[in-house]
Amino acid sequence: MMQMTGAQLMVRLLERQGVRTVAGIPGGAILPFYDALSGSEQIHHVLARHEQGAGFIAQGMARVSGVPQVCIASSGPGATNLVTAIADACLDSIPMVVITGQVPQAMIGTDAFQEVDIYGITVPITKHNFLVRSARDLLEVVPDAFRIAMSGRPGPVLIDVPKDVQNQLVEVADFPAPAVADPAPQLDLAAVELAAKMINEAEQPVLYLGGGVINSGAAPLAAQLAEQAGLPTTMTLMALGAMPMDHPLSIGMLGMHGARYTNFVLEEADLLVCVGARFDDRAIGRAAQFCPNAKIVHIDIDRSELHKIKSAHVAIHANVKCALEALLPRVQATLRKRWLSHVDSLKTRFPMQFPGQDDPRTHYGLIHAVAAALDDRAIVATDVGQHQMWVAQAYPFRRPRQWLTSGGLGTMGFGLPTAIGAALAEPDRTVVCFTGDGSFKMNIQELATLAEEGLNVKIVLMNNNALGLVYQQQTLFYGQRLFASKYRTEPDFVKIAEGFGVPAVDLDLADNPRAALAEALHRPGPCLIHATIDREQFVYPMVPPGAANTEMIGG
Amino acid sequence: MIEQVADPLPQAGYAKVVLELDVNNHPGVMSHICNLFARRAFNVEGILCMPVSDGKRSRIWLLVFEDQRLEQMVRQLEKLEDVLNVRRHGAEHEVFERLEGFFH
Repeated sequence: MMQMTGAQLMVRLLERQGVRTVAGIPGGAILPFYDALSGSEQIHHVLARHEQGAGFIAQGMARVSGVPQVCIASSGPGATNLVTAIADACLDSIPMVVITGQVPQAMIGTDAFQEVDIYGITVPITKHNFLVRSARDLLEVVPDAFRIAMSGRPGPVLIDVPKDVQNQLVEVADFPAPAVADPAPQLDLAAVELAAKMINEAEQPVLYLGGGVINSGAAPLAAQLAEQAGLPTTMTLMALGAMPMDHPLSIGMLGMHGARYTNFVLEEADLLVCVGARFDDRAIGRAAQFCPNAKIVHIDIDRSELHKIKSAHVAIHANVKCALEALLPRVQATLRKRWLSHVDSLKTRFPMQFPGQDDPRTHYGLIHAVAAALDDRAIVATDVGQHQMWVAQAYPFRRPRQWLTSGGLGTMGFGLPTAIGAALAEPDRTVVCFTGDGSFKMNIQELATLAEEGLNVKIVLMNNNALGLVYQQQTLFYGQRLFASKYRTEPDFVKIAEGFGVPAVDLDLADNPRAALAEALHRPGPCLIHATIDREQFVYPMVPPGAANTEMIGG
Repeated sequence: MIEQVADPLPQAGYAKVVLELDVNNHPGVMSHICNLFARRAFNVEGILCMPVSDGKRSRIWLLVFEDQRLEQMVRQLEKLEDVLNVRRHGAEHEVFERLEGFFH
């Protein structure tokens, strides 16, 4: 029988779960836990500069590893500062365990100092959450939190622990076994047979891959299905990298900023095989006009996604990997020459266009130059805005978990801390964070964390001194009434980075920007790479919000 | 510009249906369930919750409209960790009828 505090028990349970790096910020109500954490020889704590940064650092680790990662905050403002990162993880199905301190139980409900009901606040943005009422309960709650975070459709789980529970002594005879994921749902083989039959009989099928393909480790199987059945394959923002961008069957990203030909191919599809995607409005445009002639096969681990937006002719509630393994032997090898040559002709007639791609002083040119200087081992994170869409369109993603972006929530400020998390999880890789000046300023304080950890993160700042996507929408859809989208002052980002102890390169001043860029990318350690871009360059094509995907403008 | 306008969600005119939920009994369960209906813009006409047997479980009765999103709501309910199962009854179920005396 061992006696320990609730805080010590939590640390032991995290260690036993295999947690090796956590990110957080201490404060009054979580100090007993931090005191216990200081005694851990296995867990490295990364001190973020804002709790939202800690949340995204955990996300970065989770997005590259696929394993639930931990962030920590104190009660009150510490906990509320995590809210955006939790909501972001929820919408993108990222496994995360969030630990917050809470005021002592006797003070709950008294409006005590730094008391907020983070349990109540996070109900709609977590898979599940816990308010722990005794130290003994931690023996169940902590493994349960990890199990829930990683089972089925992954997501964030919050554990709120009052300070007295952290201090409470508890007798522990045996530790619970580390959590493992629940078994996958039973596969409906009759539905798989029917799906295979529909694929075999389709004339103009399209494969539509979502983030579930990445989460379940099914990217190679998805590519195999595409090759076997001759399926042109489109990917959502979350699925980029599932199939190499230059694969002959890849038709790139669909939706609001997809290529014209991609949306036209979907328009003509007679069968849509949707795998681990959820018919998000940015991907499908106006739902009633999406793939108007297509029957739908929908495979998803989350039963509530089936028939949610579009009714499926065959709905398969399954782990994507299990479903594809069962589907593959039932699908005929097909060349599908007529359809694929038609897809090729659409691609030739309505290609994705990258104006300026040979000039590293343009947005596409900068992205191409970064890609040219790196290999497929590099990890690419982005913030949110024009730069994010340009990178999604232009970067040659070739492997799953290479691409980290805030899809569902679209959180500006995501990029830098997520890149830090990615570098913590995979210290041998180069991590590039494409960002814009608007997004960068939303978590710029994490430059201090980056400098402290000395990680191999290269921030490529595409600076147009504006909220570019807002500027673009005001220009296109609001009668050019530009309001609150241009900054009137411009900070010196190079000085800011250097002030935080992060070396910086200004490509604007470089005689040979391509060489300066490559040199900065290849030098180990953190670096800010600053490049001014033209504010009048917009993301095209663009489907106006609420329009059908075929009603693209530009591009 | 085409604005994103969601279809209106008329609920009057639909038949009512009674949902019977077995749930874990702890202080957060009601907020999980009510929150789910609220944030998915699905109206709950009536709600009744009492602990059962040893107090580790509760039973919740919900009176809702049977519109085309009911199946989606039931699936969302079934995803909640604390919801153990969901049973559907027709509007003829008497649980809410018997309570009517308290509302007049």
